[in-house]
Amino acid sequence: MIAWALDATIAMLALALALCFYRLARGPSVADRVLALDTLYIDALALLVVAGVRLGTAVYFEAALLIGMLGFVGTVALALFILRGDIIE
Amino acid sequence: MSLHPALEALIALLLVVGGAFALVGSFGLAKLSDFYKRIHGPTKATTLGVGGVLIASILWFTATTGVFSAHELMITLFLFLSAPVSAHLLLKAALRLERERTGARDPGTP
Repeated sequence: MIAWALDATIAMLALALALCFYRLARGPSVADRVLALDTLYIDALALLVVAGVRLGTAVYFEAALLIGMLGFVGTVALALFILRGDIIE
Repeated sequence: MSLHPALEALIALLLVVGGAFALVGSFGLAKLSDFYKRIHGPTKATTLGVGGVLIASILWFTATTGVFSAHELMITLFLFLSAPVSAHLLLKAALRLERERTGARDPGTP
């Protein structure tokens, strides 16, 4: 049962990634694209955690942690760039 | 590896619920018509989805290795702290972009 659930979750997360890529390509505004990137990194993080459980290894966890920290920094930097035109004041 | 059937069912349920929430959030991001509607989907549903997947991962690694696997809690904590901040900043950025485009005044000032 757990193998079936893992495969179903991976399929759903892959579809979620595809929908994020659709919004990333479609736009229309810059804020939409940044929001799509934000959702993309959160979905990729979930996919990495599920892949770690599926393959029975904890190696993917470090990658998920790095994506979680750096993705937030990237989103904040992009949002501040839209807001103010520069990032470091 | 033989898990208790109830624990296995709980892990499977958490995984499927988490994946479904992430999918619904991204579907809302792709489908809704306006940025202010679109930001609802990812900010709520996706963090809940990641939360479900991470709890399932904690339970699975704890059950298979026998050692309590706490490091997933770091991702959960960090994501739950950072998601509202990034959503707030994105919303402010979108408001500024719209104000620049339409030339309207700051909404909220009389």
